Amino acid sequence: MKHIKTLKTRNLCASAKNGGCGECQTSCQSACKTSCGIANQQCEKKESK
Amino acid sequence: MIHQYKLAGMNIVLDVTSGAVHVVDDVAYDIIALFTEKSEAEILTLMNEKYEGKDGITAADIKDCYAQVSELRESGQLFTEDTFRPMAGELKKKTAGVIKALCLHVAHSCNLNCSYCFASQGKYHGERALMSFEVGKRALDFLVENSGSRHNLEVDFFGGEPLMNWDVVKRLVAYAREIEKEKNKNFRFTLTTNGMLIDDEVIDFANREMSNVVLSLDGRREVHDRFRVDYSGKGSYDRIVPKFQKLVEARGGKNYYMRGTFTHYNPDFLKDIEQMLDLGFTELSMEPVVCDPASPSALTAEDLPIVLEQYEKLAELMLKRKAEGRPFTFYHYMIDLSGGPCIYKRISGCGSGTEYMAVTPSGDLYPCHQFVGEEEFCLGNVFDGVKNFEKQAEFMACNVYARKDCEDCWAKLYCSGGCAANAYHATGSVTGVYKYGCELFKKRMECAIMVAAQDMMEEDA
Repeated sequence: MKHIKTLKTRNLCASAKNGGCGECQTSCQSACKTSCGIANQQCEKKESK
Repeated sequence: MIHQYKLAGMNIVLDVTSGAVHVVDDVAYDIIALFTEKSEAEILTLMNEKYEGKDGITAADIKDCYAQVSELRESGQLFTEDTFRPMAGELKKKTAGVIKALCLHVAHSCNLNCSYCFASQGKYHGERALMSFEVGKRALDFLVENSGSRHNLEVDFFGGEPLMNWDVVKRLVAYAREIEKEKNKNFRFTLTTNGMLIDDEVIDFANREMSNVVLSLDGRREVHDRFRVDYSGKGSYDRIVPKFQKLVEARGGKNYYMRGTFTHYNPDFLKDIEQMLDLGFTELSMEPVVCDPASPSALTAEDLPIVLEQYEKLAELMLKRKAEGRPFTFYHYMIDLSGGPCIYKRISGCGSGTEYMAVTPSGDLYPCHQFVGEEEFCLGNVFDGVKNFEKQAEFMACNVYARKDCEDCWAKLYCSGGCAANAYHATGSVTGVYKYGCELFKKRMECAIMVAAQDMMEEDA
């Protein structure tokens, strides 16, 4: 019996190796302007996905 | 660190450090909860007592489930240790001095008189003022000069009400387009407007040039018109809604957000979201008011459970409408689990005062739009550059590990430590935390991940 379904996610530990290009959007720049978060941002580095 | 929760019939377990998300059955959920505190034998005994024989579950199933949890731990997808702390300042150090986004306050003036405005009706506690083309042009040059090798540059036309200085906005866009090729940059413009001055010409230009438009609408007419009134006290709803509808229809699928604010007067903001949907809008953002806690519109402790419940109902509404073929987007529930930000971004904080700054009509630089008007936060100006390095250093040092309160929080890699301005206004320090905001954020993340998990499960099925 399969008790656990693991979703496809970006491995954050692995992203330490190929991340950090800095091209992504500034956190507060789009709709919110008052309550920052970064979870809903996109990575601009295509090969990382 | 892990975080586990139950929502909308799903058991969800997050492995905070690796970013892994697991959807689990009740047996696995309970095993994971006990995994680091009890021995295998103790856990199996407890699980057998609770589950053996129920719904056909056998002792072998339970043992197998325990083994699956162990495997996930071994493969770095559960109970992963946080080793990111030493990397916390790295991205900012690497990109020190590089600015990639400006919020241009082209108008410190507004044609609406909303008492809940964090910017004191657009004046930011100062005098009414419009940015000249020369200041704006210098701001764009300043951005290009300080953007290093960054290709994508973001510029938000903000206010007050930016359409009150529309000619300057258009000239600045034309100037940016003129220089971007030669400078090897790509300007992405955003316009944030209350809609009062939208006409066909604005619609045509904004839809051609703005990557994103943010349209302020609070939802129900009575909610919107409670605050969003003109200087004669008349509500703006009936004047702006048709303009917004026309703009969005003409936009042809390009990015936009209807951006509402909810306050103590409408913690039941789901009704406002529904109103936006009824008006035909599908890209929605609804934000808690930012104001003095003594203000009558400030959200209270009593509002909190109502707001949290609204977030859950909103997630359920999203799933329902998607199933009906009528999907919509809620800004805070957009989460790309497989293609989201890398760890450097997640621990670096929001970038205010370092990669992002706000520019006043006279060209002064502030760490972000929410600090404008607080003199001690002025970092310099677009003519002479950043001069207040001491203040900038506070923002440079701002990251998720600089906030003690964030250390044990499961949501830290989703919020990156939160909003420096909210933290400052709540605690007097940019490295404090605005706890009320944290409660809202955590609920939003639980909902966002649940919605994403549902979507992924459906796709897989």
